Amino acid sequence: MDLDRDKLLWIYRRMRQIREFENRLHEDFAAGLIPGFVHLYAGEEAIAVGVCAHLDDDDFITSTHRGHGHCIAKGVEINGMMAEIRGKASGCCKGKGGSMHIADVDRGMLGANGIVGGGPPLACGAGLSGRIRGSRQATACFFGDGGSNQGTTAESLNLAAVWKLPVVFICENNRYAETTSTDYSIGGPDIAGRGTAFGMPGIVVDGQDVFAVYEAAGEAFRRARDGEGPTLLECQTYRYFGHFEGDEIKYRTRDEEAHYRERDCLENFRSVVLDGELLEAEELDAIDREAETAIVDAVAFAESSPLPDPAECLNDVYVAY
Amino acid sequence: MAERELTYRGAINEALRLEMRRDESVFIMGEDIAGAPGRDDPEMVDAWGGVLKVTEGLINEFGPERVRDTPITESAFIGAGVGAAATGMRPVVELMFIGFMGVTLDQIINQAAKMRYMFGGKAKIPLVIRTTIGAGFRAAAQHSDATYSTFVHFPGLKVVAPATPYDAKGLLISAIRDDDPVIFCENKVLYDTTGPVPEEDYTVPLGPAGHPRDGADVTIVAISRMVSISLEAADRLAADGIEADVVDLRCLSPWDEDAIIGSIEKTGRLVVVDEDNPRCSMASDVAALAASRALGYLDAPVQMITAPHTPVPFSPPLEDYYVPKADAIVEAVRAIT
Ligand SMILES: Cc1ncc(C[n+]2csc(CCOP(=O)(O)OP(=O)(O)O)c2C)c(N)n1
Ligand SMILES: [Mg+2]
Repeated sequence: MDLDRDKLLWIYRRMRQIREFENRLHEDFAAGLIPGFVHLYAGEEAIAVGVCAHLDDDDFITSTHRGHGHCIAKGVEINGMMAEIRGKASGCCKGKGGSMHIADVDRGMLGANGIVGGGPPLACGAGLSGRIRGSRQATACFFGDGGSNQGTTAESLNLAAVWKLPVVFICENNRYAETTSTDYSIGGPDIAGRGTAFGMPGIVVDGQDVFAVYEAAGEAFRRARDGEGPTLLECQTYRYFGHFEGDEIKYRTRDEEAHYRERDCLENFRSVVLDGELLEAEELDAIDREAETAIVDAVAFAESSPLPDPAECLNDVYVAY
Repeated sequence: MAERELTYRGAINEALRLEMRRDESVFIMGEDIAGAPGRDDPEMVDAWGGVLKVTEGLINEFGPERVRDTPITESAFIGAGVGAAATGMRPVVELMFIGFMGVTLDQIINQAAKMRYMFGGKAKIPLVIRTTIGAGFRAAAQHSDATYSTFVHFPGLKVVAPATPYDAKGLLISAIRDDDPVIFCENKVLYDTTGPVPEEDYTVPLGPAGHPRDGADVTIVAISRMVSISLEAADRLAADGIEADVVDLRCLSPWDEDAIIGSIEKTGRLVVVDEDNPRCSMASDVAALAASRALGYLDAPVQMITAPHTPVPFSPPLEDYYVPKADAIVEAVRAIT
C-alpha cells in the first residue's frame, strides 16, 4: 500500500476530527443548542476519508443530507461548519444553509443535499466540466443505499458510463434509509451490481476499513483521471446514531448496533498501524487531543459569533438582479 | 356535551382511518409512513408512523398491504399512485415535503393532471397526494417551501390547504372521495394545533372558502397557517375599531371567487396573506381577481403580504424574517384604512 507516514497521520486526523465533530453535535443537539434537522456521520468516517485521501483541493465532491464527514474529509474548515450549523453569520454559508446544505464550493465541496438523489447529476456535471477544460480533476459522488433507488442516481450512472466521466460513485450502504432496511428496499443482491449493469466496475468494499476504502478508491480515481470512466464503490458501513438527531431508533436492535460498533473504523485503524508498527500510540493520542481542542475552539468560535442580521434573508438570491 | 378537540395531525390521521375502513380501494403509501418495513419484530412495527407521525397506528389496523412503505423513489411510487388510481384504486400517497416535488413532477403534472383531458374524459384519477408545506422548523431551503401555487397552475389538479383540524379532516375525506387528483397541503407548523373535530365522518367540499371572521372594514384573504396569523392581526385591529373580514382560502383550485369578490364588495379593501413566494402566486392570483372582477369596489390598492422572493433560509432570525407576520398585516391594513 502506498500509504506513507504523513498520509497515515492525515487519515487518522481527519477520521478523528469527524468523530469528535459528530459526537459534539450529538450532545449539543440533545442540549437544545442546534436548530433544525441534523444527520450525523459517526461510524462511517473511513469512507469519506479513504476516498478524499485521493483528492486535491481542485477536485470535487457531491454529498448527501449526512454531509459533515464529507466536508471535513474534503478540507472544509470546522469553525465555519460549526458556526453554520448553529445558524451564525460566520458560518460557511452565512447561516443560510445549515447542516443539511453545508457547502464550500471554493474547496470543491458542492454541498450537503436535502434531496436524496440530488447529488449524482451534479457530480456528472462536475466531472464533465473538468473533462471539457482538459484538466485531470475528478469528482467523488457520495450517496446512500436509499439514494441508490432514485431515478437520478440510475440516470447518472449511465450518463457517466457512456461519457466515461471522471466520477467515482460511492454508495454508503449503512443498511438503512431512515427506518427502511436495505433488505426491504434494494432489489437484486447488492448495489455494486448496478454499476456493472451500466458498464462500469461495481465493487463491494468494507467501509469500516479505511485501508480497503483507500485502495479501492485509489484504483477508481486512477481510472477516472486516465479517461477510463466511472466506478461504483459500494462501501458497507453503519451509522452509529439515529437517522437524524431526535430519532428514537425503534427499527433496529441494540444488539445489532453493538455488533457494528465492534468494527469501529478508528479502532480498526489504530490496531493496524500499531500492530504493524507504522505509527506510535503517542502520535495517535496527540491527534485525539488535537481533535478535541479543535472542536472546543470551533464551538467557542460559533458561540461567540453573531447571528445574521434578519434582512440578510434577502441577499444572495441572484448574482445581480 | 363539549365538542371533542383533536390536533390537526390527529384529524388527518382520523380521516385516513375512516376512509380506509369505509372503502377497500383506499390505500396509503410513502416513505416510512409506518416504518421498519418487512421486519417481523412486533416492537418495530410502526417504528416511525411517518416522519412527522401523521400516519401513526394505521398499519396496526390495516396491515402493510394497505399502509405501504416505499423505497426512496418518489417518481416511481407517486407515478404508481397515478397508475393505481387510473385502474380502480383510491391511493393516498405521501410526498414527504413539498420541496421534493421536483423529483416526481412529471408524474403529477403530465400524467395525473392531463390523463383525463387527453383521453377525452374517459379516465379518472382519484388520487390524493398528501404533502407538507411551511417554514418554521429550521429545516432550510429544500424542506420548508409553501409552493402550492406551482400545482394550482396546472389544469386537472385540485389543490387544498386546510388551516384548521376541522377542515383538515373534512377536506381530506372529500379529497379521497373525489374522482380527480388532489394535492393536499398540510402545514407542518399546524400539526400540534388543536380544534373541535367531530368523531364521525363528514366532508368539507372542495371549492368553497372558509369565513372565520366577519367584518366590514377590510378583507383579509389568507391561506393555511396565515389564517391564524391574520386572525391575530384582526384582533389587534379590532382594538382600534377596524373590523376585518377574514376569508380562509382553504381551497386553492378550484377556488371560491365569489367569496373573495363578495367580501371586497362589502369592505372595499383587500389584503392577501400568503406564505408562498410572491411571483406567480396565490397572492398575485387573488390580486388579479380583484383587479379584473372587483376593481369598482376597491377604495385602496391591494396589499400583498407574502414571503420574500427568496428560498427559505436556515438560521432562526433569517427564517423568522421570511415568514409573514401579524405586524406586517396590521401595518398593511392601517396603510389603507
Ligand atoms: C427526494 C427526497 N426524498 C426523501 C427525503 C427524506 N429523506 C431524507 S434522508 C432519507 C433517507 C436516506 O437514506 P440513505 O440514502 O440510505 O442515506 P443515509 O441517511 O442512510 O445516510 C430520506 C428518505 C429527502 N430528503 N429527499
Ligand atoms: Mg442509508
